Amino acid sequence: MSSDVISGIAHVLRRIGGAVTGSISRLGFASRFLVAIVWHSPQAFRRIHLTVHEIYFAGVLSLVIILMSGLFVGMVLSLQGYETLKRYGADEQLGILVALSLVRELGPVMAGLLFASRAGSAITAEIGLMKTTEQLAAMEMMAVDPLARVIAPRFWGGVISMPLLAALFSAFGIFGGYLVGVPLIGIDAGAFWGQMQAGVDVWPDVTNGIIKSLVFGVAVSLIAVFEGYDAKPTAEGVSIATTRTVVMSSLAILALDFVMTVFMFRGGGGL
Amino acid sequence: MSAAANPRSPAALTETCHLDPDAAAIELTDVSFAYDRRPVLRGITMTVPRGKVVAIMGGSGCGKTTILRLIGGQLRPQSGKVLVAGQSVPDLDAAALYALRRKFGMLFQFGALFTDMSVFENIAFPMREHTELPEELIRDLVLMKLHAVGLRGAAKLMPSELSGGMARRVALARAIALDPMLVMYDEPFAGLDPISLGVVGQLIRQLNDALGTTSVVVTHDVYESLKIVDYLYFVSEGKIVAQGTPNVVRASTDPFVRQFVEGESDGPVPFHYPAQPYRREIFADVQ
Amino acid sequence: MNRSAIDLWVGIFVAIGFGAILFMALKVGNLLTFDRSPGYRLEASFDNIGGLKLRAPVKTAGVVVGRVESVRLNAKTYEAVATLRIDNQYEFTKDTIASINTSGLLGEVYVALDAGGDTTMLKDGDRIAKTQSAVVIEKLISQFLFDKAADSGGGGAKK
Repeated sequence: MSSDVISGIAHVLRRIGGAVTGSISRLGFASRFLVAIVWHSPQAFRRIHLTVHEIYFAGVLSLVIILMSGLFVGMVLSLQGYETLKRYGADEQLGILVALSLVRELGPVMAGLLFASRAGSAITAEIGLMKTTEQLAAMEMMAVDPLARVIAPRFWGGVISMPLLAALFSAFGIFGGYLVGVPLIGIDAGAFWGQMQAGVDVWPDVTNGIIKSLVFGVAVSLIAVFEGYDAKPTAEGVSIATTRTVVMSSLAILALDFVMTVFMFRGGGGL
Repeated sequence: MSAAANPRSPAALTETCHLDPDAAAIELTDVSFAYDRRPVLRGITMTVPRGKVVAIMGGSGCGKTTILRLIGGQLRPQSGKVLVAGQSVPDLDAAALYALRRKFGMLFQFGALFTDMSVFENIAFPMREHTELPEELIRDLVLMKLHAVGLRGAAKLMPSELSGGMARRVALARAIALDPMLVMYDEPFAGLDPISLGVVGQLIRQLNDALGTTSVVVTHDVYESLKIVDYLYFVSEGKIVAQGTPNVVRASTDPFVRQFVEGESDGPVPFHYPAQPYRREIFADVQ
Repeated sequence: MNRSAIDLWVGIFVAIGFGAILFMALKVGNLLTFDRSPGYRLEASFDNIGGLKLRAPVKTAGVVVGRVESVRLNAKTYEAVATLRIDNQYEFTKDTIASINTSGLLGEVYVALDAGGDTTMLKDGDRIAKTQSAVVIEKLISQFLFDKAADSGGGGAKK
C-alpha cells in the first residue's frame, strides 16, 4: 500500500478519534455545567418570578403545539389501533391501547421532542444571542453571575414545564382517542373507559411516565442552556448551536427512553 | 454584620474593601498576555491616576480590549502585575472579584443593553441586583441618570427602538448607575454619527468630573479623544509605542503617532499583510 | 407582557398540568377504584392459574367483588395459591367454586366465584375448597388430537 493511502486512513482514524474524545469531553463539561447550575439555583427560587417568567416562555407558549399534537396523535392511535384490534375481536380494548401507549411512551417522548424543538431551540438562541451581543459579559462586569440570573431560571423553567406538558399531551391524546373511538367508530363508551381503568395502573404506568418526562426535562433543558452558553459568539455560531440543541435533545430523549423503558417495564406486567 | 454576610446591605456599598486611597486607580506593570499561543500583549506598563480620563489607542486587534479585560478580571495575565486601587486583580477570589466589580462601570461596544428589558429597567438592573433600595428611590435615581445623559423621556422604550447613539447613551447611564469609582469604555465612539460622537465624548468628560471617577477609554477615534482626555497611550503589536498628554501628542514627531493621527495608509504600521514578493507570486505559473 | 399577566398564565398552566396528571391517575388509571373499600381475604389453590395477573378482578355473576392480591407457589404440592381480597359487603358459602376464566377469547383473565347452597359462610383467611384451574389451550388441543388418534386407531379403517 502506498504511503498516501496509509496516511489517508490514518487521517480518517485521527478524525474519528478526535470526534469521540471531543464528544466525551463535551459530555464531561456539560455534567460540570449541570452541577454549577444546581449550585447557583437558590437565587432562581428565592426570586421565583425569574423562574415563573421562564415557565411562561418554555411551558405556556408550548401549550398550543403540545395540545394539538396530543389530540391528533391520540386520534390516529385510535384509528390505527382499531383496525388491528378488530381482526382479533378485541376492539373493546381500544381504550387501554390508546391510554397505555400514550401514558407510558408517546406522551413523554413526543412532548419531549416537541419541547426540544420549540422551547429548547428558543432558549439556546436567546442565550447565544445574549452571549454574542455581550449581554452576558456586561452582566459579569456588573458583578451579577449570569449562571444564577440567566441560566438557572431557564433550566428550572424547562424542568418544571416538561412533566406538565407530557401529562397534558397524554390527557389530550386520550381524549382524542375517545373522540375517534366512541362517537366516530362506535365503540361502547363504558367499555372504552372501563377497560382502560382496569388496565392502566397508577404504578407503574402513570408514575413511570411522569418520571420519564422529568428525566427528559432535565436532559433537554440542560442541553438547551449549555449549547447557548457554549455557542460561538457569531450569527453562524448561534445558528449551529440551535441546531445542535434540537438534534442532541432528540437523540438524548430516544436513548434515555430506551434505557428507562428497559428498567421500568421489564417483562411487561404480570407477576 | 460584615458586608460579606449581606452583599446588598448599605454597609457593603460603602465599605472600601481594602482599596488604597492613595494608590493610583490603575497600575499595569510589565503585563504580558497571550491567547493560546498567540501573544497579544508584551510587557505593557501604564498608570491611570485617580480622577483622570485616559485613552488607550491603537489599530484593530492590537490588544486594547484585552487590557480592559485584564483590568476587569475577565482575563489573567501570564506575567506582570495588574493593580486596581492597590489590589492585585488576578489574585482575587471570586467573591472579592465580584465585590470589586461592583465599583466598576463598563460601557461595552454597541451598548450590550439587555434586550428583554426597557431602558428604565436596564438602568435599574444594577440597583436592583446590588442594593435593597426601595422602588421609589430606584425610580428617582434611574431618572436622574437618564437626565444626565439627556434621555429621560426615553425611559419606557425598549432597546430595539433606540438608535445607535441613544443606545450608547443608555448604556452609559447604566454604567454609572451605582456611581462607580472606575468607568471603562470599550470603543464608545464606534459607528456613531458626528453629533452623537460629540455628545458621547462630552458626556464621558462631564460625568468623569462630576462623579469624581476615573475613566479609561479604549478607542481608535483620535479626534474625539484629543478633545476630552487627559492622557493617551498608543499600543501597537502588544507594546506601548507612544504616550503623552493631548498637546504632546499633537506636536509629536514619532512616526507611529503621526501615521495614526494623520490616518496615513502606510508607515510604521504597514499597508501590506506579509506575503511573497509580488512579482514571484504573479508569475509563479510561468516557467 | 407584564408580570401579573405572566403569573396568571403560568398559574393556569401549572393548574391544568396537575389536572391532567390527576385525570390520568384517577380516570385513566385505577388509583381510587383499587383497595378503597375494606375487605377480607380468601385463599384458593389451583393446578394452573394460566394468565392470571395481580389485581385481576374477582367476579361473581359478572360483577366485580374483589381483586387478586397475591399469588405464590406452594412448594410442597406445586400448586399455585392465590390470595383473593373480597369486598366486605359480599359473603360466600363454604362450597363456593373458584375458577379461572377468560372474558372472551383474548380478554383479561379473572377469577369467577360460583356460590353454592351451603349455610355456613367463608370467613377472613378461609380456603376455598373447590377450584377449577385455567384452561390451557395447548393441553386442550393435544387432548383433542389424542382422542382423535384413539378413535381412528380403535375403530379400524373408516371409509
